[in-house]
Parts: sequence; C-alpha cells; structure tokens
Amino acid sequence: MTDEARPTDEDHGSTAGGGGAASVRDAVFDNPIAGVFDGVEPVPGAAKSDPILVAKDVVRTFGGLTAVAVDHLEIQRGAITALIGPNGAGKTTFFNLLTGFDKPDRGDVSLGGKSINNVASYKLAKQGMVRTFQLTKALSRLTVIENMKLGATGQIGESFWRALITPLWSAQEKDVERRATELLERFNMAHMSDEFAGTMSGGQRKLIEMARALMTDPRIVMLDEPMAGVNPALTQSLLGHVKGLRSEGRTVIFVEHDMDVVRDISDWVVVMAEGAIIAEGTPDDIASNPEVIDAYLGSHHDSDLSEDEEFES
Amino acid sequence: MDWGFIFERTFSAMIGPEVVVFALAAIGLNVHFGYAGLLNFGQVGFMAAGAYGLGMTVHWMGLSFWLGIFMGIGYSVVLALILGLPTLRLRADYLGLVTIASSETIRLFVRWRGNRGRTGASEGIGEFAGAFYDINPFKTGVFYQFGPFKFLGRDLWVLVVGWSLLLLAVLVVWQLMRSPWGRALKAIREDEDAARALGKNAYALKVQALILGGVIGGVAGMLQVVQKASIQPDTFNPVITFLIWTILILGGPGRVWSPVIGSMIYWSLIVFIENVLRGLPDGARDGLESTVELSDFNIGQFRFILVGLGLVLLARYRPQGIFGSREEMALDDR
Repeated sequence: MTDEARPTDEDHGSTAGGGGAASVRDAVFDNPIAGVFDGVEPVPGAAKSDPILVAKDVVRTFGGLTAVAVDHLEIQRGAITALIGPNGAGKTTFFNLLTGFDKPDRGDVSLGGKSINNVASYKLAKQGMVRTFQLTKALSRLTVIENMKLGATGQIGESFWRALITPLWSAQEKDVERRATELLERFNMAHMSDEFAGTMSGGQRKLIEMARALMTDPRIVMLDEPMAGVNPALTQSLLGHVKGLRSEGRTVIFVEHDMDVVRDISDWVVVMAEGAIIAEGTPDDIASNPEVIDAYLGSHHDSDLSEDEEFES
Repeated sequence: MDWGFIFERTFSAMIGPEVVVFALAAIGLNVHFGYAGLLNFGQVGFMAAGAYGLGMTVHWMGLSFWLGIFMGIGYSVVLALILGLPTLRLRADYLGLVTIASSETIRLFVRWRGNRGRTGASEGIGEFAGAFYDINPFKTGVFYQFGPFKFLGRDLWVLVVGWSLLLLAVLVVWQLMRSPWGRALKAIREDEDAARALGKNAYALKVQALILGGVIGGVAGMLQVVQKASIQPDTFNPVITFLIWTILILGGPGRVWSPVIGSMIYWSLIVFIENVLRGLPDGARDGLESTVELSDFNIGQFRFILVGLGLVLLARYRPQGIFGSREEMALDDR
C-alpha cells in the first residue's frame, strides 16, 4: 500500500500535524541569510559566498545511460536550496551520490571543505549530513520514541561490549530520551511516543522521518520529496518545520515537484534535466527562465505558474 | 491408561535436555532472524561447528575438554565470519543461500572418510566428555525426584549446567536488546538504509549479530553432544535447522523468552502424544491400526504428523506465535 493511498491519512493528519500547522504557519521565521544571494549570478555552476557542499564534475552512468553529469555545483551554507527537474532528471541519483548511498564513476564532492569521496554513508551522518527518503522509511516495528532515539549519534551503548553494562550508557540514554521528547513536542507528536511507527499515516511518517533526522543534530539536511503524499494541512506544518531548520542555522537541500512549495520556501533553486544542471537562481529567476520551461515541456510546471499569476492578478 | 506415568514423562520432558539444547539454538536464531532480520537457514551448521570444535580438540589434537569448549566457540565465530563477511553487504537472500549450503557442506565434510583421524568420519567421536562427568556432584546411576520431575544423576548434571547456560543466554539477549545496540539492530531489521542514513554501521552490526547468534548455536551443539557423550555427523542434518525454526515461530520471533517456551511446548507435546499413543486401550489401538495403520514402529512418525497438524492450526489462528503481538505482525505488510 502506498503512502498516498492510505485512507487514514486525512483523519490522522488533523491530530498529528493539524493543530501544529496553525501554530507553525502563523509563526514568523526570520531568514538569517537574507540577501546572501544578491551578488550571485543566476547561471549553472555559480560560485556562492560561503559554500558548505561542493560537487565537481560528478558523473554516474548506468550502462549506456548517463544518469548524472554535474559539472559544478555549490550549495550555500545556511540556505534552503531546492533541487527540481522533470521525472528522470537524475535528482534522486544525484542525492544518492552526495550522501554516499551510491558511488560516482568520477568526480569530487566536498563537505565543509573536506573531501567526502568514498566516505561510507553512515560516516556522513556523523559528519553532520543527514538525509530522508522519497519512499518514507519509518521503522514500523519500533515505537515513535525508539525511532527518535535511534537518530542520536555517538551513542556509547551502540558498541556491543559496552551495551552489556547498563551504567555505561544509562546517563546518555536519559539525555537522548529528553532530546527526543523535546523534538516530538516541537512536531506535535509527543502523545504518540509509545505507538508503533508502522501504525502512523503517510504524513505522520514524513514528520517522524524529519524529526528523527534532526536527532543527529545535522549541519546539512537533505530531504528527498518531503511533501510527496502529504495532505495540504500537514504540508503547511512541514514547510514551517523546514523554515525552522534555516532559522537554526542549518543548511537544507530538498527535492520537490510542487512549484508552489518551491517558491514558498526556497532561497535558491537548482534545476536538473537529463542528468545535468541547466539552470540556477532565485525562485523568481527560475520562473522566468525559458530553458526551464522548455525542460518541463509545459507539464505541471506551466499550469502551476499560470494558476499563480491568476491568483496574484 | 496410566495418566500418572504419561504426565510424569511429559513434565520431565518439559525441562529435559532436548528442550535446553533446542531452546539455546533457537535463541541464537532469534538473534539472527527475530532481532537482526538475518535469514539463517543453517543454524545446525553452527551447532556442528561447536560440537566438532570441542570433539576435534580432544579426539584429534589430544588436548583437554575445557580447551575444547573455547575451540567450539572459536569455530562458531570463524563460521559466522566466513558466512557473513562476503554476504552481509548484499541483499538478505544471499545469507540464506550460503547458510543452507554451508550446513550441509559441514556435515558431508566431517563424515568424509579422509577425515577419519580428525573428525572420526561417519563413526563420529566417542570419548571426549569424560572431564565433564568427572566433576558431576550428583551420583551418576541414581534417580533424583523432585515434585513431578524425575532424572538420573547424570542427566541432572547436564540439566543444571544446561539451564544455567540457557538463563545466561536469555539474560545476555535481554540486556543487549534493551540497549542502544539492540535498538540499532532492530532498526536494521526494519530498514537498513534508514539506519545507515542515521549513522549506524549496518554491516558491522549485522556481522556482530551473526557471530552472537552463531556462538549461542555452537554452545547448543556442544551441550547436545556432551549430553549424548558422542558426536555423530548425521545428527547435524538440515531437519534440525527447521525444527529450530518451528520452535522459534511457535514462540514468536523477536521476544526474549519465546525460544524457551517454544521449545518446552514443542518437546512436551511430542512426548505427550507419543505416550498417549503407546498407552491407548487395546480397542482404540486396534481401531487406529486398522484405519491409519498405527503400529509400535510408526508411532514416532505419527506424533510428528499430529504436531504438524497442530502447527498448521497455529499458523491459521495465531500466526504471531505464543508471545508475538498480532498488531505488530500486521505492520510487516505495509
């Protein structure tokens, strides 16, 4: 059963995110990096003032198909960067390459100035890079609070021998539990702590996955289609949480199809098509870029924009 | 029918040596399948590794029984590494394939004639457990009775040691599974990629779990051959692995006590059914003999048929096992 098709989505959404949606929607999020893109030229491969993640000449082929061929990309520290593109543009493959879940044929990726080529995915989480998945990965037969506690890094009790002696890790465990509970409260899910994650609706799973990722205290958060299959009320709540990440000084990269969402929250937009980056710029630059419109060939992108224009006029 | 005798036998079987051996082996499998999600279809291979690690140290190398115990554990660790290191980076199915093949390879290898000097080949190994019975505090040939249970002094010694090991294994698994290590392991069972994204070294944790469950299986194998005072290659056949799976499924995977309770139920049912069939009044026996050809010779098979029927009913009406929760099991489907 897919997340989208779950019939309980609507009713559960109102209990989990609905109440929070209003509070998050009404909150004012200051943008600590406002104006940082002012001098940046909106062209593919543009240099940023303070890049946290840099990809150079990254190529990944599957047999004869070149899935990703990115010449140069810099991600601005502390900003929300959207990665968009038509289906099959290579966005998720590129994500997998950046997060160590797949190896490029060639190319260099560096995080905070340090090369992360050939660094295993689990080590990247310890370096402050965390990701979520397009198909939500709630750990079904763990409770919500266990899902959260799992996210903490550097746990003493995760070593086999030390796990045998409770006093070695019990103090840290209490601290982890306190942090997990705080985060659940922030996501309005504290009342579900002891329920199995598998009983949650699709939208609630997205929330758990994002909250769980925050347990790693990441510098950079990579969200693969965070809004897919989420009802509109919960989308607002999720958007608020993403903006909240920026307020805390974290860098966010997200893949998204919904142009309204992209225009609402992103500071910078990167457009991929056929594996390459064809455009970069602020949401307004991108909306008027003819190459982007060509790439989408008048699919959803167009209709969304026209609806927007009608709405504004 | 002598119900007193039937129940005495059944109660004694409920805590007997088979229960301990199979409960231990099932605890190992529970670590693999119930907690880490590893498909091990060759748990009997780990039992054989433990048994032959012990037996070969005494029989072939001429060293002491106590050193043999350590060698048995060492053999189990080595087997886990051989099976796990190449396959645990791959999809779960590959471990299943190599475990089922390796357990048969081990059995055929140890019974090969060329290994007579080392493993005793098809005759097996006879004298290796003397040191264990030398320190038996009970009188070997005397019956000890307490409550409904009655055991020979020799068996009682095996049981005291066996149950102590069993409780130790339960305690270790309980402690590990309530720790952050166990939480990470369960997360890998649910979704390996999610665990990796959160900084968990899934490969290393799976190798550790395979070793832990394998060592517990090795201890089960050692206890079995010490109790029989003989090591026979053909007792380590694949049917044993599926018996262990039956016991684990009966109790409910992913629960600390389920292998123990599963093993107790399984073996007391086997003994109860056998004794009822043997003790049936003549009229009923004749009736069964003329309809389903039950005789003294096939009671052994007949009880397995009845237990199998019971398992079918269990799978239909309580698929989560005795301890499992149906709600939790239903989550698998999503």
